Amino acid sequence: MTETQTTAEAVATTGRALLEARDLHVQFSSRGRRARAVDGVNLAVGAGEIVALVGESGCGKTTLARTLLGLERPTSGEVRYGGAPLSYSSRALKDYRRQVQLVLQDPMGSLNPRHTVYEAVAEGPRIHGLPDEREIVTTALSRAGLRPPDRFFLRYPHELSGGQRQRVVIAGALALDPKVLIADEPVASLDASVRGEILALLLRLRSELGLSALVVTHDLGLAWNIADRVAVMYLGRIVESGPVEQVLTAPRHPYTQALMSVLPESPERVVLTGEPPDPTRIPGGCRFHARCQVLASGQAAEAGVDARCRGELLDILPAVPEAQTACHYAATTT
Amino acid sequence: MSETTQQARQPGTPGAGLLELDDVSVTYRIAAGEVPAVRGVSLTLGSGSALGIAGESGSGKSTLAMALLRLLPKDARIGGRILLDGEDVLAMKWGRLRAVRWAGASIVFQGAQHGLNPVRRIGDQIAEPLLVHDLARPEAARKRVAELLDQVGLPAWRARSYPHELSGGQRQRVMIAMALACAPKLIIADEPTTALDVMVQAQVLTLIKELVAEHGISLIMISHDLSVLADVCDRLAVMYAGRVIEHGPSAEVFHAARHPYSRALAAAFPTVGDPASRMAPRGLGGDPPDPMRLPGGCSFHPRCPVALDGCASLDVELWPAGPDRTAACVHVREKEEAS
Repeated sequence: MTETQTTAEAVATTGRALLEARDLHVQFSSRGRRARAVDGVNLAVGAGEIVALVGESGCGKTTLARTLLGLERPTSGEVRYGGAPLSYSSRALKDYRRQVQLVLQDPMGSLNPRHTVYEAVAEGPRIHGLPDEREIVTTALSRAGLRPPDRFFLRYPHELSGGQRQRVVIAGALALDPKVLIADEPVASLDASVRGEILALLLRLRSELGLSALVVTHDLGLAWNIADRVAVMYLGRIVESGPVEQVLTAPRHPYTQALMSVLPESPERVVLTGEPPDPTRIPGGCRFHARCQVLASGQAAEAGVDARCRGELLDILPAVPEAQTACHYAATTT
Repeated sequence: MSETTQQARQPGTPGAGLLELDDVSVTYRIAAGEVPAVRGVSLTLGSGSALGIAGESGSGKSTLAMALLRLLPKDARIGGRILLDGEDVLAMKWGRLRAVRWAGASIVFQGAQHGLNPVRRIGDQIAEPLLVHDLARPEAARKRVAELLDQVGLPAWRARSYPHELSGGQRQRVMIAMALACAPKLIIADEPTTALDVMVQAQVLTLIKELVAEHGISLIMISHDLSVLADVCDRLAVMYAGRVIEHGPSAEVFHAARHPYSRALAAAFPTVGDPASRMAPRGLGGDPPDPMRLPGGCSFHPRCPVALDGCASLDVELWPAGPDRTAACVHVREKEEAS
């Protein structure tokens, strides 16, 4: 496989995908058992697109994000950026991380308490040996909404509010002029009134700088607020994906339906019971069948798919923008 | 158990609520000066009802909750009056206060991970308040632990587990079982579902709702998520900069807030499917104020989208804002005065 071939192939199959996971598997061994944290995922983030990756803890969403950042090596499958597979040499990775930046949750934990705001934002440009450091820091702070920037240069994290700290973390990512932000629960530790401001900032960065973002979250309201597309992950796989309006107003996968139903104000709750998902013990058949309310209620049996739910594996969803779901029952109702 | 229940049931003022706060204030004295964390809060909670207290960090909501059982550090000074079942909490002697904590009222803290001792079995931890308060002998305590675990939806064999063997939601259930151990009349839950997954959060909220409904326990729940509070509580009080700035029936405060700050809080967590919030996250500019440097006039005015010139100098008190509702905003006052 030469470089030109792969690029041509990527353009042909995915069009405008900037960052892509292709048939990605990531496994860990955990107390002698294999944990299939990411168990076959296709996912593409286009240029200027905001994608929300939604799921509960343990579903593999953070592992997927780390693998997309090159922090974790896939067991099989590949991460592609700009149409080419990611190279794991340290030089290539360093280069890659200028393009794809991580924004962590909990800014108090991700900022060094003894570094000033200036130091925190200048760290990336220094590592990469970029010229005009002061200029870069000024621009990044101002883009992150900390204005006037020079008033923040000498402040320490403890002197800032939670929202300001999160803006410093975002400014640190912006300092390298990336194309993609991968944000892991960017507002989970922020106050309610500040949350909207940070989300609005992500939207503004997209419209002003054309930034793409993959936002990892358990918060469906966040997806509704800022994402173009949403991918719902359960036990290492994407079980439903598509445009936010479609997936979140008419979810087709029983798991998505259950997640939606427990939002406050939802008329009828489906509170899932059963064991919390364990990536070392992924059930056969549909991986959700043991907790599936549609199977439990007998609806799947009425549709004649219950045996398939229990015994037949589902295909891995492709990385297409259209709404799609991996469910035997949903397939009978189209 | 029955003994303490009787003890706690001192003759309350007839018709009064289970908990009455009258002009409660809390001031921290630190090296840099005095920090007014809670500034004159008056609230009443009836038996068997649930009150939600909403606000952001620094609003004083957690300080207020801790003040109810005098759990604050030494540098905090509490003013006003706190009546629990007719008894003045601030005047209680230590022995009495110890009995009231757990048996009269107990607290479920946020972050269940840290509230449990990692090297002790959870059954022993649940039984501890029973044994410490001499409410049960070890054999009876074991039976009671099984009962409590059942109430919070955990199998009895879990009593032998250590905290690390449980999931986050299960640990939060254990915390709730501990709070229930001495059959208190009031449970104070401080962000009980923060850091839990949506599905687990729903399970824990359902459990709390059932406990309130079936056991007649009163509840004070604290959160920054208005939608969660509105879901569980009958009434909501919204705090800003140490004061209650709006108070009323949950649904009305959540859906038709009269104070601009409550409106902003309600809009912060969008209703999925609502076209108005699609691609339009809503928040408030600015940050919550530093309690040591509160703005003059209405302390919300620097962030207020509908502030008037006078708001910088005029501090508006809670004002009637409809049946059974109050709000501290000049717009509310003008409207109510006009009608």
